Amino acid sequence: MVAIEHLWSSLGATPMFWLAVTLAAYELGNTLQRACGGSTFASPVLTAIILVASIVGMTGTDYRVYFAATQLINFLLGPATVALAVPLARSARLVKENLLGVGLALLAGSVTSILSGIGLVWLFGGSRAVALSMAPKAATTPVAAAVSSQIGGIPALTAALAIVGGILAAVVGQKMLAKMNILDWRAHGLAAGVAGSGIAAAQVAARNELGAAFAAVGIGLNGALIGLVVSVVAQLWK
Amino acid sequence: MLNSHTSPSQMMIPAFLVLLACELAGDMLHQMFALPVPGPVIGMSILAAALVFRREEPTAKSVITDSLERTAESLIRHMGLLFVPAGVGLIAEVAVLRSEWLPIAAGLIGSTLLSLAVTGLVMHWSIRRRTAGRSPDTVRGLETS
Repeated sequence: MVAIEHLWSSLGATPMFWLAVTLAAYELGNTLQRACGGSTFASPVLTAIILVASIVGMTGTDYRVYFAATQLINFLLGPATVALAVPLARSARLVKENLLGVGLALLAGSVTSILSGIGLVWLFGGSRAVALSMAPKAATTPVAAAVSSQIGGIPALTAALAIVGGILAAVVGQKMLAKMNILDWRAHGLAAGVAGSGIAAAQVAARNELGAAFAAVGIGLNGALIGLVVSVVAQLWK
Repeated sequence: MLNSHTSPSQMMIPAFLVLLACELAGDMLHQMFALPVPGPVIGMSILAAALVFRREEPTAKSVITDSLERTAESLIRHMGLLFVPAGVGLIAEVAVLRSEWLPIAAGLIGSTLLSLAVTGLVMHWSIRRRTAGRSPDTVRGLETS
């Protein structure tokens, strides 16, 4: 027992251990999703977060120690967010051809998501911090978390909301829009990108190329727009 | 394409340099002008504008653009992994989740469905107005699924 405690005290202190745990949990999440036939419910990100959080909790590790150890992974979020410019630029022609429709739908969907998110949390008696964490959650996860920390939300909560919201949009999005008699792939793709970012977009992308392109447009433009709108709303609501 | 003197792994360095330079420029603009948008998002806008502007010219794809596309693709493909450290931070927020689960669930479900519907509807209307009833590429088989 003493030997195990001794081993743990040296192991838990190196960043290598937590980096390995995080990578292993994500790989396990990928394997699980493949085993479930690629089901959207089995999001590898969600699996990895639950697994790692359980291990961090069970070992009694301070979250700050874990976060400091995995700084290397977290650092890459910045360049990865910038990299979203590449698919966005590739779909620039599509935006130009549908400028008015894309612009109006994006603005309407984005503002609806932000205001209804804040409004519903407030209506059900939630706190300001939770409402501000909800506001940017439709943006792609790194953008959502960055905006959240800037306006006084809880970044970890926003990241989780962005992921779960994406899964929700992926699961119900296509059927719901079809029931509303909306059958155009451009509308489906844009709605998935705006309301559910990457996870819902992947669902549409697997079925139609035009839908995939409009989903990419939705993710990229929505990220920039949400950053702007949420900051203005947060400044007005003090 | 890549020539015989440069291997794909060598080309990752200039691509990363471009991404980091854009992020740095975004961060600097963010701090200098106290902009409300986070630095990486400004960096994304700068790079997107630069790429769109470059594409206007009918020149062949440069080596750096090619490597940038590869690097961006692999970063985006594994983006899920990059959320994990931040997402694990939820364990520090268990108290909030426990006391405010109802507003959190209501806000998440309500705003996601509303936003899906509004975006889809507005896009649908604008396409219908422009094409006057003619729909060139519609979702087939969804009505029955």
